[in-house]
Amino acid sequence: MTDQTAYNFAYLDEQTKRMIRRAILKGVAIPGYQVPFASREMPMPYGWGTGGVQVTAACLVPEDRLKVIDQGADDTTNAVSIRRFFQRTAGVEVTEATADATVIQTRHRIPETPLTEGQILVYQVPIPEPLRFLEPRETETRKMHELEDYGLMHVKLYEDISRHGQIATAYDYPVKVEGRYVMDPSPIPKFDNPKLGGNAAIQLFGAGREQRIYALPPYTQAISLDFDDYPFAASKADHSCDLCAAPDSYLDEVITDDQGSRMFVCSDTDFCASRRAAGHIGPMGAPRAGADVE
Amino acid sequence: MSILAKMKMQPLLSVRDLSKFYGGRIGCADVGFDLYPGEVLGIVGESGSGKSTLLSCLAGHLAPDRGEVIFDTKEGPRDTVQMAEAARRRLARTDWAYVHQNPRDGLRMGVSAGGNVGERLMAVGARHYGDIRAAAVDWLGRVEIAADRVDDRPSAFSGGMQQRLQIARNLVTGPRLVFMDEPTGGLDVSVQARLLDLLRGLVREMGLSAIIVTHDLAVVRLLADRLMVMKGGYVVEQGLTDQVLDDPQHAYTQLLVSSVLQV
Repeated sequence: MTDQTAYNFAYLDEQTKRMIRRAILKGVAIPGYQVPFASREMPMPYGWGTGGVQVTAACLVPEDRLKVIDQGADDTTNAVSIRRFFQRTAGVEVTEATADATVIQTRHRIPETPLTEGQILVYQVPIPEPLRFLEPRETETRKMHELEDYGLMHVKLYEDISRHGQIATAYDYPVKVEGRYVMDPSPIPKFDNPKLGGNAAIQLFGAGREQRIYALPPYTQAISLDFDDYPFAASKADHSCDLCAAPDSYLDEVITDDQGSRMFVCSDTDFCASRRAAGHIGPMGAPRAGADVE
Repeated sequence: MSILAKMKMQPLLSVRDLSKFYGGRIGCADVGFDLYPGEVLGIVGESGSGKSTLLSCLAGHLAPDRGEVIFDTKEGPRDTVQMAEAARRRLARTDWAYVHQNPRDGLRMGVSAGGNVGERLMAVGARHYGDIRAAAVDWLGRVEIAADRVDDRPSAFSGGMQQRLQIARNLVTGPRLVFMDEPTGGLDVSVQARLLDLLRGLVREMGLSAIIVTHDLAVVRLLADRLMVMKGGYVVEQGLTDQVLDDPQHAYTQLLVSSVLQV
């Protein structure tokens, strides 16, 4: 890896990028439709975001500023290694600030900071088919999408209510896009589902192992499925962030010792850090040097 | 039903010259009949005589090579063979029902009894959990399954209960035509008798038309108004059930009737 000129910009060769861009364009033209594409072997294992990496590589231009998050965090293994990968193979600028990024690759979260026009959000998708665990045959699920035969999707929600008394699906919550395709939003918490619809950014979904790309163009309608008497509710831990005191962000529960102590912190590290920098301090957050304490 | 009333009535299902070939072999050939509303047609014949092929062609599971299957839809008579797949599936969800021989083929084994019954309702747009569950409990009652089993999976049910659950799941949307492929196959005789009793009650009560494929002559004697006997893919004899069974004309029908063991 000493000779960087041995790599094409953003790792993939131009023919492959062309093929992926065609799939992305088709996905944007038919929101929610899963476009098959010839997924390449990437220098990381399946499940580490090979689909997302290929979509990001096909979208990147040298002027881009890239942000990579994993479960909302900028500093976990998956995020760090993918960010470094593009630093080395594309030489693009990287950032942790959501508002500064032009391309954001994400695993399992949508950033708390609202996205704006011109930004691209790339999701890593493990299983793109929302009907997969209900109907194992790929030929049949394709037919069901073709014929809009989505009764089965509600059977899953019915089972949730009959077994748990409420819709217990907490992540990977299916949405109906523009009244047509039922789409798997990748395993984001259902707290993030309301941000899928009407979002100003382009949202692209890449599944490497399953070889599918799909997309939500800006300001697309995406409605979470539900029942009239059991409406969809975005849920989060009933707490506020212990570090930045944010009452309305999605929280991770962190166990701090073996005595049952725990703390709730924002899963979006950039959101949490910028709130603390602005002087919002939670019960367990140490004030940062130089910041005004509220 | 008087002959005159029948002449004026529009047949529910009208089959003409239906043929299906598997390469050079005949699946079924030149089958034609009319089925009127409220009528139950039995199809009997030995294994490999084309009964199941015929039923699959009628229900749209197999594409026939020749012929037409005209169903009296709400928009008037339509040929279901020429119909777009989407329209045919809509019919299969609303106006038709298909009861498989093996309940495992017709049920979702990983989904509770209530979910199984509710699936067709949700497929045609029901979105109120309370209503769907109430309909499921009501239908479980009609097929003699206790209401407290509504959240149990079919794998926890006996064979007879699974078959009754499959029937409930199919009839919940109030279909007009039911296809049954050996509905009593694989059940012991006392359970068979209860199931037949139940089916007879439901058919009369809901005014269903049904096409029942079976090799059990007792089943057709009890349920069917008319009977078709098949051999080698061809219909060799058809007529009123009692007439065919009591006075068989074709050599094969005579053999079939005389093969039944008398207890």
